[in-house]
Amino acid sequence: MDFAFTPDQQELRDAARSFLAERYPAERVAELAESDAGWDPGSWRELAELGWLGVTISEERGGAGLGSVEQAILFEELGRALYPGPYFSTVALALPALGPEEQARVAAGEARWSAEVDGLVPDLALVERVVTDQGAAPAEGETLETTDSTRRLGRLAPGARDPLPGSVDRARAFTALAAEAVGIAGRVLEWAIEHARTREQFGRPIGVYQAISHPLADTYVEAELARSLAYWAAWSLDEDAAQAPVAAAAAKSFAAEAAVAACERSIQVHGGIGFTWEHPLHRYYKRAQWIESFGGFPAAQRAEVAAALLD
Amino acid sequence: MRLTDTPEEAAFRAEVRAWLAANIPTELARGHPREDVEAARAWSRKLGEAGYAGLTWPEEFGGGGAPYSHQAIFLEEAARAGAPQHLGVIGLGMAGPTIIAHGSDEQKGRYLSRILSAEEIWCQGFSEPGAGSDLASVRTRADRRDGHFVVNGQKVWSSFAHIADWCLLITRSDSESQLHSGLTYLLVDMHAPGVEVRPLRQITGEAEFNEIFFTDVQVPVENVIGDVGQGWSVAMTTLLHERGTLGFALTGALENAVQKLIALARERGVRDPGLRERIAREWIELQALKLTNYRSLATLVQTGIPGPEGSGAKLWWSEANQRLTKLALELLGPEAQLAGESEWQHLQLRSRGNTIEAGTSEILRNIVAERVLGLPRSR
Ligand SMILES: Cc1cc2nc3c(=O)[nH]c(=O)nc-3n(C[C@H](O)[C@H](O)[C@H](O)COP(=O)(O)OP(=O)(O)OC[C@H]3O[C@@H](n4cnc5c(N)ncnc54)[C@H](O)[C@@H]3O)c2cc1C
Repeated sequence: MDFAFTPDQQELRDAARSFLAERYPAERVAELAESDAGWDPGSWRELAELGWLGVTISEERGGAGLGSVEQAILFEELGRALYPGPYFSTVALALPALGPEEQARVAAGEARWSAEVDGLVPDLALVERVVTDQGAAPAEGETLETTDSTRRLGRLAPGARDPLPGSVDRARAFTALAAEAVGIAGRVLEWAIEHARTREQFGRPIGVYQAISHPLADTYVEAELARSLAYWAAWSLDEDAAQAPVAAAAAKSFAAEAAVAACERSIQVHGGIGFTWEHPLHRYYKRAQWIESFGGFPAAQRAEVAAALLD
Repeated sequence: MRLTDTPEEAAFRAEVRAWLAANIPTELARGHPREDVEAARAWSRKLGEAGYAGLTWPEEFGGGGAPYSHQAIFLEEAARAGAPQHLGVIGLGMAGPTIIAHGSDEQKGRYLSRILSAEEIWCQGFSEPGAGSDLASVRTRADRRDGHFVVNGQKVWSSFAHIADWCLLITRSDSESQLHSGLTYLLVDMHAPGVEVRPLRQITGEAEFNEIFFTDVQVPVENVIGDVGQGWSVAMTTLLHERGTLGFALTGALENAVQKLIALARERGVRDPGLRERIAREWIELQALKLTNYRSLATLVQTGIPGPEGSGAKLWWSEANQRLTKLALELLGPEAQLAGESEWQHLQLRSRGNTIEAGTSEILRNIVAERVLGLPRSR
């Protein structure tokens, strides 16, 4: 039993964090979120060069040949930065459904995909093709206005579908979302701590008041528990296929709720500024709620877990 | 990252499992040693002889010198098998580690092996009527006379004091001193003249903890642990171990309870989606706690210090145990109120102590906020 990140994994995290901090500071994310396109298409080439588009694809096919734990590290960091772009759609939703040649194209940055889940397609306007239960569809249809403007949803136009070798792997999708949620919870907690240390009222920093500090202590504990579940789920994808669906459902339900609660507490600790459009918190909150709802709210995942335990 | 046993760990696990299957006494009420002290003592002795007590203690003191992962495996297997606790929980979890860290060679030689063999049982005399969360305000006096200290005062809520041979006692040795200075940490013979133990009946009806009165009790100076006046830092070592930097014992007990909850739900064929979801939530949070323990263990192995991820473990565990035991009562329905019908009633009432003992949840949240998050101190 060894739940430690290897030095290589730690290096990957550090590199990802500094790359994203430089390219996607909160102001840049705000600008993109408010733009018509909703992302910077130029970023795709960069992600391909970094090897992030084919993390789990073998090296022969142009991927990085790494595992799901490395993939989860990237999702955590992308969630932390709130990267706007079809990364989750392409890599977590669609990639497992594609054949080897198409996977190689994705890894090379030559193709962007999404998938239809519960009738909705994330990032429909940012991709070329879409995985559906009936096969592959061209990404044609209507993009809807979504509360989270960094990950917009669309509906596919009806039409012919081409056969596909696979389908959406819910365990992979849920694991990716859990990791993103952990990144979100960590980031909004940092802002709350910073504010609680520096903002003074009644002559003292507000962090001395337990009505402020105790919810933040809870947020910290929940975020750590969520992180453990997310990496367990990621590890299970590669090492324990039988356990993976339950682990992913457990991780997604817990981490999504932890992220939503972390955002809500952070907003409260910030007072009026936390309620503004100007502060980045609202975008994190909206993404956390996006994650919570996607593929079913946490109650639905717990029902899956209950079935595994009780039936 | 490898979230399964190594071949060596798997072999140890198999050995423990086989040993428990062959040795768990049937005559002992499962889980708690309270009912039958002699049987519990025999079982504890057996654990000591088999080398399962003090697994991670250095071999020179009779310990196993094993890695922490073995301790974790043993606790998991003991929980899975429903094995009763070692009677010396305070000796193994607090007295031993404190003596190993701060004791003299004579003290190590005198006390440690008798903890492992359950020959001597320990209790913890920290809390007083006027000093609970605010431990540094203890008033029990230890006055220096010739070759000994004379102890006068009162301790309260002391678990196992009614069967204990020794007490970890925090005293004020400098009557002029305040708070953290002037405290002295003593090892006190519970059979010495002037020590009186009165049981306190608790919410569950039984008397697990006690008041201890000290009237002119003579304690030899060689029973000071650490230096005279430096008792606070020794006490911090004890508390660090009490709160279980590793927490595997807590999750072991929780795992046992979750398994029973699932068995109860299956037996009753629970269909209500709301109840099913809450059962799933308990199982999920148990996994989260167990995994987080493994993560802080990894940090401990890598760096020698437990990682911050573990600091919330006791906090979260205590609340999980409270929710879980109430959920079990709900599954039982109105008959849950029938005394003696099931053990859940007892477990549920006992769980209310979990957020008070070993640091209240409020104090633990203060600790996380101040020491982990770096928020300004509230006091
Ligand atoms: C089952 C059980 C076993 C025990 N066994 C032992 C034992 O073996 N040895 C031993 O020495 N003690 C033992 N204790 C005692 C335990 O450590 C104390 O009860 C605990 O530290 C709280 O102290 P108190 O009871 O004086 O409550 P208080 O400290 O008076 O606390 C009362 C309430 O005020 C809150 N509070 C206090 N200070 C603050 C603050 N700064 N911020 C916010 N809230 C605060 C507390 O959280 C609590 O809710 C045991 C207790 C229980 C329930």
